[in-house]
Amino acid sequence: MNNTVFGLTMLVVGMGGTLATLFLLTIVIRVLCAFFPVRPDDKEEKK
Amino acid sequence: MSEAILSALGALFEGVRFLFSHGGPNVIMIAVACVMFWLAIAKGVEPLLLLPIGFGCLLVNLPLSEVMQADGVLKTLYDFGIGNELFPLLIFVGIGSMTDFSPLLANPRLLLFGAAGQLGIFITLLLALALGFSKEEAVSVAAIGACDGPTVIFVSNMFAGMNKIPTAMVGALAVAAYSYMALVPVIQPPIMRLLTTRKEREVKMPSPKGKVSKAALIAFPIVVTVITGIVAPQGLPLMGMIMLGNFMKVTGVVPRLASAAENEIANISTLFLGLAIGGTMAGPQFLTRETLMVFGLGLVAITIDTVGGILLGKIWYLLSGGKVNPLVGAAGISAYPMAARLVQNEGQRWNKHNYLLMHAMAANTGGQIGSVMAAAIMLSLLKGLGII
Repeated sequence: MNNTVFGLTMLVVGMGGTLATLFLLTIVIRVLCAFFPVRPDDKEEKK
Repeated sequence: MSEAILSALGALFEGVRFLFSHGGPNVIMIAVACVMFWLAIAKGVEPLLLLPIGFGCLLVNLPLSEVMQADGVLKTLYDFGIGNELFPLLIFVGIGSMTDFSPLLANPRLLLFGAAGQLGIFITLLLALALGFSKEEAVSVAAIGACDGPTVIFVSNMFAGMNKIPTAMVGALAVAAYSYMALVPVIQPPIMRLLTTRKEREVKMPSPKGKVSKAALIAFPIVVTVITGIVAPQGLPLMGMIMLGNFMKVTGVVPRLASAAENEIANISTLFLGLAIGGTMAGPQFLTRETLMVFGLGLVAITIDTVGGILLGKIWYLLSGGKVNPLVGAAGISAYPMAARLVQNEGQRWNKHNYLLMHAMAANTGGQIGSVMAAAIMLSLLKGLGII
């Protein structure tokens, strides 16, 4: 594999893979927060 | 008798003779060590790293020094913790226990800035290949774009262990990575101002309300570790160690271990890592054209990281109808929490009532995850392509 093909493969798959994986993580975090929702602040609770 | 005294004196001054005969590169590197001391002591630039690296550099460049010979003290440290990538991973346990992911869990979409902030890695990889670096060298140089010293050392040392890059290059890469991390406050603000309009910089983002539940904080490191293990197993040691440190902290059941990770383990590993890396900076091997190119490409990498984050911020600004401040994108790099503070300062400079810190912290922790994920994916791709 020559350097140009290698570099472009890394750019497309590497950057794309990083974006896709972090996008997947945001979805997982949303699911996680649906199961364990954000609680109101202590000050708001007192009110 | 006089002959014996003269030869004994000659032995004492052998070092001086060496310096005058072919010690030029060593003298230059001793000066470099002094610059590192000055930066660390007078300017407060990454003193935890630059001080031991500088001292290691001084030790290895003194004439006839044997600290990096077989059984030398720095060589022993190198083999013990750098050659097998142990020290960077132990530092990651400490980093994990120092990181608070709750702003990110309160606002998970900002994690995407952590991906955009890795653009510099892949563009720099292309540039390094174009400049004639080998594939393994180019990947190592590109890793500087992760803005994360331990990641750079982990990746480059893996190749050094396979004899695919020179050992001296690991030192150059580490020093470049830590220097640019320290220079983030100098590098980023001009780019932020250049790429954004005043109207964009003044956008106020409401602070996230409420507290993230402890259960979510505990589940997060496990989920991230499992996903990394499935997607990019080659980077599992990196992500796994960060998440282990964070897991120990958020569970709250092992305060002694969390404290040890954050203090003793991180401190001892940092000291040994710094000394051993300094030990790779022997003048004759370090002073090469490639070293200068590494420093140049490192600057390019961090600049493009910042550009990538801000450009995603600008797209988001347009798509959200002006509700997202593009400056937050600049925090999508791994320099934690420095990049987040910079965004907060820059936002307040243009709008005194603007508090971007929590959003920037979310993007910044996203940058930490993103940088490790990018490195993990690169290593997995290299494995898939049969290069490692």
